[in-house]
Amino acid sequence: MMTDARTSGSLLAMSGLRSGYGGKPVLQGVELTVEQGTIAAVIGRNGVGKSTLMKTLIGLLPAMDGAVTFEGRDISGLKPHQRAHLGIGYVPQGREVFPRMTVEENLKVGEMIHGAKKPADYDRVYDFFPILRERRKQRAGTMSGGQQQQLAIGRVLVGSPSLILLDEPSEGIQPSIVQEIARIVVELNRSMGITIVFVEQNLEMIRAMARHCYVMDKGRIVTEVAPEQLNDRETVRRYLAV
Amino acid sequence: MEILSALFAFLYQAGDAFAFLVLAACGLAIIFGMMGVINLAHGEFIMCGAYVTVFAVRAGLPLPLGIACGTLAAGLVGILLELLVVRHLYNRPLDTIVATWGISLIATQGVLILLGSTMRGVGTPLSSFTFGDYSYSQYRLVLMAAAVVVLVLLYLIFNKTRFGVHARATIQVPHMAEALGVNTRLIYCLTFGLGSALAGLTGGLYAPTMTMVPSMGATFIMEAFVTVVVGGADVFLGTAPAAAVLGVIKAAMTSWQGQLAGQISMLIAVIIVIRVLPNGISGWLLRERG
Repeated sequence: MMTDARTSGSLLAMSGLRSGYGGKPVLQGVELTVEQGTIAAVIGRNGVGKSTLMKTLIGLLPAMDGAVTFEGRDISGLKPHQRAHLGIGYVPQGREVFPRMTVEENLKVGEMIHGAKKPADYDRVYDFFPILRERRKQRAGTMSGGQQQQLAIGRVLVGSPSLILLDEPSEGIQPSIVQEIARIVVELNRSMGITIVFVEQNLEMIRAMARHCYVMDKGRIVTEVAPEQLNDRETVRRYLAV
Repeated sequence: MEILSALFAFLYQAGDAFAFLVLAACGLAIIFGMMGVINLAHGEFIMCGAYVTVFAVRAGLPLPLGIACGTLAAGLVGILLELLVVRHLYNRPLDTIVATWGISLIATQGVLILLGSTMRGVGTPLSSFTFGDYSYSQYRLVLMAAAVVVLVLLYLIFNKTRFGVHARATIQVPHMAEALGVNTRLIYCLTFGLGSALAGLTGGLYAPTMTMVPSMGATFIMEAFVTVVVGGADVFLGTAPAAAVLGVIKAAMTSWQGQLAGQISMLIAVIIVIRVLPNGISGWLLRERG
């Protein structure tokens, strides 16, 4: 089983995945396979289930049906902290840093990714995000949205994840910082081989980062488009316009 | 010399009240502040610590070791209770109050049936000393030191250890702590155990000064709740300053008008604080800091 997944190159796979709130499924049977080492975008309009997908992948929402496979292992029954211990780093929508803790303490929590088995590399995090080094004694709640986003990414990076799940990284962040964050995420993928799955509506960010681009609608992955196709106005109108 | 003697008497009483309030309240404050659980069985954890301490001392252990036994026993009972009862009632605060109240009744009555209405205690250790016109118990100074040591240790635990960082992350954004690999269930369980162990420690420390009756927890519970209400949900920004303020009020009123006035003044202080600072001292401090 394990070797199968390795040889086929898939790191994360969803099959027939259903999940939602209060017994009402939002995800209606998601089928998606993410290769090792890629950057995959899941795009779609508001309310099609993108954030629900991310929460189901990390386990904050239980799957009602179907399976999530990570490194060839079915993780659908695992709690979020157990999934994190396998090397999945979750960067939520709205960042959700620990507001009354310092930057350094926020990063410390991320050490638990991989179950704290890999030594935490703070210098690497600080090299990617110099602002965090500068503000490491500052309380996270007092920082700007862009800085908090960098902290939320740095917080999972500390634990050397094999997969990072990014939920709308551009939300509530100035355009200049969006570009900067996109550049850093691509660099994380390139230099450390971290697989990235992100959901996003910001075209600029999708174009800057995505190598594969999957369109979600009504709780399903309906098609894959090439990132270049997002320059085409008609495609964008069809899949992203509200 | 007259003034100095009176001043010392006042400071001693205020310190004694401070120690009592800190020790009575810190376990309750941790469980309430970290988990939002209002533990009405807090007094029975104190009773548990006191009884185990007395048994251990009568079995021949020195008092400090006896207190350690009491602390450990209350902590283990707390963990057990978390696993069996409290765990199933998170996010249901009213149900938790009823359940812990029930546990408190069962514990008090159970001890009454098993061990009788009163039990021979252990004498207060150390002797007394005189300052000015009055003589004072040395053991009370030990209790004051213990209160300060407990606060310092708690500060170190919550700020310098991995458990502490995880516990604070868990109070602030529980689902994110969980998603980052913190076993939040375990953190809640250990936190409840820590709060219970602190109650046990308090029972052990005060056992030599009290009559051993099954309802002895009630002596602590009113003042513990008063301190937590005035302080709010944070142990360091809340419980400690609240205990200091209330300790001074209580000592002043007690020396002026007697014990009853001391108790009444504390209740009046709570009513005023709830009116002015609904989230307690720590809620106010945290809001001021943004």
